[in-house]
Order: sequence, then structure tokens, then C-alpha cells
Amino acid sequence: MSFSARLFFAWACFFRVLFDGAFAARANTVRDVLPPAPPPDPAPVKEALKLAKPAPASIDAALQLLALFQREGRFVDFLEQDITTFPDADVGTAARVVHEGCRRALHGHGKVEPIHAEEEGKKVDVPSGFDGATLKLVGNVSGKGPYRGTLQHRGWRVVGLSLPEGLAGFDATIVAPAEVEL
Amino acid sequence: MTTLGIDLGTTHTAVATEADDGGVTVVDLPQLVARGSVEARPLLPSFLYLAHESDGAQALPWDETRTFAVGEAARARGLDAPTRVIASAKSWLSHAGVDRRSPLLPRDAPDDVERLSPVEVSWRYLEHVTEALQHGHGIDAASAHVVLTVPASFDAAARELTVEAALAAGLENVTLLEEPQAALYAWLARRGDAWRKELRVGDVVLVVDVGGGTTDFSAIAVRDDDGALALERVAVGQHILLGGDNMDLFLAHVCEEKLDQELGPFERAGLLFACRAAKEALLADGGPDAVPIAVAKRGAKLLGGTLRTELTRDEIARVILEGFFPQVELGAQPIARPRAALRSMGLPYADDAAITRHLSGFLTRQATASGGEGPILRPTRVLFNGGVMKSTRLRERLLAALNGWLMAVGAEPAQELEGADYDLAVARGALAFGLARKGRGVRIRGGTARAYYVGIEGNAPAIPGVEPPLDLLCVAPFGMEEGAATEMQSAELGVVVGEPVRLRFFGSSVRRDDASGARFSQRRAHDVDELAPIEVTLPEGDRTLGDVVPVYLRSELTEVGTLKLFAVPHVPKKDGERWEIELSVRE
Repeated sequence: MSFSARLFFAWACFFRVLFDGAFAARANTVRDVLPPAPPPDPAPVKEALKLAKPAPASIDAALQLLALFQREGRFVDFLEQDITTFPDADVGTAARVVHEGCRRALHGHGKVEPIHAEEEGKKVDVPSGFDGATLKLVGNVSGKGPYRGTLQHRGWRVVGLSLPEGLAGFDATIVAPAEVEL
Repeated sequence: MTTLGIDLGTTHTAVATEADDGGVTVVDLPQLVARGSVEARPLLPSFLYLAHESDGAQALPWDETRTFAVGEAARARGLDAPTRVIASAKSWLSHAGVDRRSPLLPRDAPDDVERLSPVEVSWRYLEHVTEALQHGHGIDAASAHVVLTVPASFDAAARELTVEAALAAGLENVTLLEEPQAALYAWLARRGDAWRKELRVGDVVLVVDVGGGTTDFSAIAVRDDDGALALERVAVGQHILLGGDNMDLFLAHVCEEKLDQELGPFERAGLLFACRAAKEALLADGGPDAVPIAVAKRGAKLLGGTLRTELTRDEIARVILEGFFPQVELGAQPIARPRAALRSMGLPYADDAAITRHLSGFLTRQATASGGEGPILRPTRVLFNGGVMKSTRLRERLLAALNGWLMAVGAEPAQELEGADYDLAVARGALAFGLARKGRGVRIRGGTARAYYVGIEGNAPAIPGVEPPLDLLCVAPFGMEEGAATEMQSAELGVVVGEPVRLRFFGSSVRRDDASGARFSQRRAHDVDELAPIEVTLPEGDRTLGDVVPVYLRSELTEVGTLKLFAVPHVPKKDGERWEIELSVRE
């Protein structure tokens, strides 16, 4: 997964976990049963590095996205503050600022749509030869398709995302400048 | 030739062009959204930021050294450096009380800021549009046919100044179009030929355009033209500086009272945003009963400092419905606050916040515009436009007020024209009009929305303390069409060579029957408004300095849509000798 895709996923999960108890519980189960990550195969990684040189443009896009969420929804402020000592009411009030602003920013720059049209919790059919990128089988994964199972997560797809472009000569790592009032 | 429709709005600018398939597309305009960050967006906020040296260059992909910014970055900077940001330049452009060519803006700028004139600000917006079209889309706006929209209430001088700004921005082929007409063109284009079934001869379409900062009314009648349907704009309203921003400000004020805390400009801006979103949610059908409002403080610590309150449905009803859309009686007129003797030089904001009262005033003033008997103009159809009108509840509210008045005079209720496009209709409609000029689609006729008059002092002995009686000479009749010209040979003026002659200038949006050359006493005319004075200077040349030259006035309505006035000598020294009279002069 690319950095910006991960950022999106983390962002979406964050709010679901915070506001959707059922989702949080499920996510927690998944975390517990998640097999340990396989040790990275050194050869392909080197290969990949050789193939795709670190592209400054993609890092720049991620930074632009972070700056956008900070500008519109104080995203970095929120992540960087230690929230453990605050009561839920304070977290909730701040989350409204982040949610309202980041949502406006996200919707203003692209569309996030569910991949599966059926409601979560419903039985669904999965044809054999389905696209493994858009649908993932979980649980007791075995046998040949077609499959029948319960839709756990509808999935998200980002459509037509356009991000601000960084101009040459400007440091994109400054996601928010310090401010001094005169 | 490429055709472009440009909606140069008070708060946003948008551009439409023809898509490859012959349809209409709204063009994304690259603009600075934050320092070092450029993005193409369909709306270009009409804000200009004059950068401080500490801010460095406001670089764009096509200009690395620019010292000012137009668009989203400028709008955002208005929150934390408001004294260097220009907003509402368009309202200044139509403000007859100031010299619109002199550097006035920003009003509260510190001394080290080089101010710009309202004309120059409009020029910078249009310049940004042309550059964005060139660099973002490879469209050469300079050689395109550009339809530029102006409020229907813009007088001759404001229209002239708009064209001046467009020329300065390199747009050489410009035609002006009234915004409410553009909204109707957009609706017609969307409907295709089906509109001929939806509108009938005798229909009067009321266009209600409530944008961020302004409210504009127009009436367009459907006439019979040799068996075909023809459209004619029969009335336009006055310039009303009142819109959605006023509503958000009012709501923010209500919240601030509830928070019981003095907010800084940054927090207040955040509150405005939250109030706008809450307003939309609470006005929606089946919306919540209350919407929480959270306002973050300036610093990086979000938790602990964030203020919380809420807006309820009842408050929205009280503030928005009762405050801005009260159900008022037939014939109600907007309330004017008595003016203090010392007029401030600020923008002439509307005294009365009630949009329904402004509408009632318009319908009463224009009672006979479509040939009806009165006591009000009777629209049969209503087309809504502007962001505020996206709310079904507000449209219903306005329609209910209108239909109450119509019922009181025994007329049929008016119906809403469905399928409006509230945000981008003006840009789209401007393009549709541009294409209609090439012979595709119907045209709205109408000509000038005002009759224009020059004040001429009558011959009477001076009486101390009494102003000499003033006669008004009609120099351009109501409904004068593009390309038309008229001469007032009967009225002779003496102009001294080398000395500027200043004349008082007037307009009326209701006097439809004055022919050019008509002359009457100002005392009898209560339906005439004074505009900015006009001025002409006969240059030294073929004539001797100090000579008195007898001249008469000539007026022309150009193809662009601007009024030109000339002083023509009775005895010309050479063929076609005449001098243009400058509209809009102020000390």
C-alpha cells in the first residue's frame, strides 16, 4: 500500500473506531487474530527500490494532503496532542472540528465510495475469479468459488482525487507555519 | 472562435466554456490555496491579498515573483491578516459615492500597503482568470468572445468600469449580460426546446438571485412575436447589498452570545463556517432539531480549548425565517434607517434585512412593468438563483410570501421553475447567451434597464438658500437597444474650451415613457435617482482656449452593452467631431 493510501485508510478507520462501537469491536478482533507479518523478503524489496526510485512527487502529495487536512480540519494538531488525559466530552468536541473540516476537505477533492453496494451484515455471493484487489475473503478461507458469506466491510474506493500541487522552491514538509500575532 | 462565460461575482468567480460535445463545462481555475500550494478549483474566491514582504512571493506556476494573490489563499489570509485583504470589490465598483478609479482598497490597510482601485481589483481577478485559462487549459481568453455578467442593477457607470477592467486584463471581445438573465439562459439551455411548452405567452418570470453578498430581482415577460415565443426583460430591481453572508454573520452572533466569550477574528471565522454548515443542515427537510457547533482556538492544542455550543431549529426559524424572510403584507416597503448627517464612506449595505420586504418593494415599484394594472407586478413563474436559494425551505418561504400577495390581488399563484442550478447557473447562462448570439437558441430582449437623464439648470434668478431649479433631460430612453443611438439637438449647452464641464447625472428604473430629449422639472420626478456626475473637457486644438462652443448631447448603446455619451458641436470644425463624456467622476 502506498503512503497516501495508508493515510486515507488510517484516517477512515480512526473515525469508525471512535464513533462506531461495533466496528471498533470487530477491528479489535481482527487485530488479535492477525497473523504475524511475514518477515520481509530482502530480495524483492531491493528489486522494488531499484525499480521505483523514491519519487519525491508522491511524498510531496502526501504532505500536501496532510497540510490540507491540517488547514481545514486541524488534523495534525489533533494527532499530535496527547488525548489520554482528556474526558470523552473534550475529545468529542475536538473530533467534531476535525471531522467537519477534514470531511469538507476530502469531499472537496475527490469522492470516497463504498465498493460493495450491499449492507454490512447481509449474505452476499462472490463469484469465482473475483478481483482480489477490490474484495478480500476473510475467516475460514478455503475451497473454490463461487463463495457465499457475510459482508463484513463494504470497502472504500477513492474516485477522482485531486490534490493541491506543491510549487518548486517551497518546502512541503512545513504542513503548518508557526504563527506570531503582531 | 472560443466562447467563454465569466461570472465575476462579489464573492466567487466562475468560468464556463463549450465542451467538446457541444455542452457546457465549468472550467477549473488553478489558484494559490496556501503558501506554495496550487490547486485548480471551479470557484475562484473574489479576494485579493497584498502580500507583506515577510510572506515572500505569492508564486504561481506562471509567475514566480508575484506580490499579491487572488483566490482561495487570499480568502484564507483574510481571516488572519484582514487589513491586507480586499473583499467585495464588486460592491465598491457599483458604489457611486466614491471615485472608483482611485486607490481605495483595502479600506483599513496600514500605510505600507499600496492600495488598489475597485477597477484595478476587478482587473486583477479577470487577469487571473485569463492566466489560469491559458496555463491550465490552453485557452486564449484574449481572442475569445467573452460574455461577462454584471448585476441587473449595475448603472451605466458601473458597467463601463467593468468593461474597463476587462480591457485592462486583455479581454478584447467582451459583451455584458445581466446576471438574472444569465440564470434564465442557463435554465433555458438545460431545458432545451421543452421550455416552449413550459412557458406561455403572458407569463412573467421573476428571477430571484440571492448570493453571498447581494440580492437581485428581475422580471422577464414571455411575449408573442409573430406566433413564436419571445422573451423580454421588463424590470430590474435596485442594488441590494444583502445575502447569505449576512445570515451566517447573524447566526455567528447568536452563537457568540451563547458562548459568552469574546472571540478573536480567527475563532469567529471558524464559527462562521460552522454556522453556515449548521444553517444548511437545519434548513433541510427532515433535518436534525439541533446541530452542535464546535469552535477551535488558534493554538496547536485542540483539546481543552475548543468551544462548544449548538444551534437549534427554533433559532434558525427565528433568525433566518423571521429575520430575513418574514411574511409581510402586500405593498410592504423596505425600512430605511434615517441617515446620520455625516455619511460614512463605507459600502451602502441594506438597512432592512428582510428579503421579502425588498421583493415586495420591487413588485410595487414595478407594478405596471408588464402592462398590468397594479398594485403589484404579477409574476406567474419564479426562477431562483444563488447559493442561499439552494434551501428548499427558503424557496418555499419566499414563494409563500409572493403567493400571499398575489392572492390578495386576485391573481393566480406563481410556480417555481424547476431544474435551477444555483451556484454555477450564471457562468453557464453567460456561455449559453454567447452561443445564442451566434444564432443558436433564443435571446432575451430588453435593452437598457434604466432611462438616463442629465441635469440642466433652469433659468431663474438666484434666491439665497434655495437650490436653483433643475430640469432633467432624457438622454437615453428606457429599453434602448444595443447599437441604437439618439441625439438631443434641441437642448443646447455651452462648453468652455479647456475647462471641464461637470453635469449631474440621473437614472430611473421605472420611467418607461420618456422619449430621448424629454425635459421636465426634477421637482416633479420622485422616481429618479441621482448617479455619479459626468464630465467632459473640450481639448484645445482647433479651437481657442476660453471660447464657448455650443454643443448638443448624443448617446449610443454599444454592442458591448455600455452607454456612451458624447458632446457634439453644432458647428463642427471637422467631420465627425465630438468629445466623449466620462461617466462616473468623483473628486
